[in-house]
Amino acid sequence: MSGFDKVVHSYEEAMAGLTDNMTIIAGGFGLCGIPENLISEIKHKGTRGLTLVSNNCGVDGFGLGLLLPDRQISKIIASYVGENAEFERQMMSGELSVELTPQGTLAEKMRAGGAGIPAFYTATGVGTPVAEGKDERQFNGRDYILEEAIVGDFAIVKAWKADRYGNLVFRKTARNFNPLAATAGKITVVEVEEIVEPGQLDPDEIHTPGIYVNRLIQSTFEKRIEQRTTRPAGE
Amino acid sequence: MALSRDQIAQRVAQELQDGFYVNLGIGIPTLVANFIPKDIEVMLQSENGLLGMGAFPTEDEVDADLINAGKQTVTMAAGASIFDSAESFAMIRGGHVDLTVLGAFEVDVNGNIASYMIPGKLIKGMGGAMDLVAGADNIIVTMTHASKHGESKLLSNCTLPLTGKGCIKKVLTDLAFIEIKAGKFHLLERAPGVSVAEIIELTQGELVIEGEIPEMKFS
Repeated sequence: MSGFDKVVHSYEEAMAGLTDNMTIIAGGFGLCGIPENLISEIKHKGTRGLTLVSNNCGVDGFGLGLLLPDRQISKIIASYVGENAEFERQMMSGELSVELTPQGTLAEKMRAGGAGIPAFYTATGVGTPVAEGKDERQFNGRDYILEEAIVGDFAIVKAWKADRYGNLVFRKTARNFNPLAATAGKITVVEVEEIVEPGQLDPDEIHTPGIYVNRLIQSTFEKRIEQRTTRPAGE
Repeated sequence: MALSRDQIAQRVAQELQDGFYVNLGIGIPTLVANFIPKDIEVMLQSENGLLGMGAFPTEDEVDADLINAGKQTVTMAAGASIFDSAESFAMIRGGHVDLTVLGAFEVDVNGNIASYMIPGKLIKGMGGAMDLVAGADNIIVTMTHASKHGESKLLSNCTLPLTGKGCIKKVLTDLAFIEIKAGKFHLLERAPGVSVAEIIELTQGELVIEGEIPEMKFS
């Protein structure tokens, strides 16, 4: 009997059931808080035709950028994709379809998807290319557009700590889209730096309750830094 | 003479008020943080999920889990808080941020802004900019007044895809501080040593000039 124990012991097990043409929601902002080992597993599996929902698409050779050389992604829904030469090439040649989505709308699409809300109105994007083909409506004299929620076949998430029941704690700005992604996957897979026993996390400090989590795996992370900016010591 | 990037930031910083929550965009807006007057408290919001952004870290303090919206490593100021992206944009869309400063390619007399895409050339995405311009009431756009080839960026109609419609009221360029109201640009201040005639020459949209236009002051 495993009860609420979500722990799996291999990456193969963690991503079991992922097949071609599925939609994956990924947490992370830039390279911060990305589920880097789960992404590597998808590369290793060679799954293709994927729709990726993620704020960014990694860089050449790291993060979601790893899925580009073998053309595993057919469509990406993202807010900012400017860090990646291979991405740009595939987008310009039409091999990769890109749906640019405002960052707040993207976060809300995940939140709504996880909360059973099919769509929501927002002022973001009114009068811009983002509004094309979307329902518009006025509330209190202001224009809003209707944005639809997103649910993924899989959500892949990076957290800092978890207990075996999948209760999650994130660390600093590595939180970003991760708690939202966690709610919006039909199968939510989380990789963490440390797994503790139930009862060892303070319930008041849990960011994501384990009810959203299906599989949990412990690993180590490279945590590559995109823009290492420092000030001299002593200032 | 045209303002330097630092001077643009310095002039924007004069608009900060004690107790303001402020979101600074990438580029010149980020520099505003270097000129916050010593006698006021301002808290910086970074839309990846940090309110109370601190200085860049020392080499020893660098933490891959702590970055700003420009993906730079940062630190947290005392009293900082961390939250997820939906919470971050709830602050922005809910109008809780007191001042937003961001860059642009073009602005027009109707307060439209184009800042995220040059079709066929630059398609990186809007990031949080569309949310910021739609959610904030108090926005300052910083940009150069004209391109390197002398083409005005203050237009009667934006030519590039819009980031937001009718949402910009203030623009600070390297030449001038301009307010947008009733479908016209209004010249408020000019950069030291820059003449009104030079500003007129480089402003394509209708520009209203009322009375003597003061020079910007830098202490």
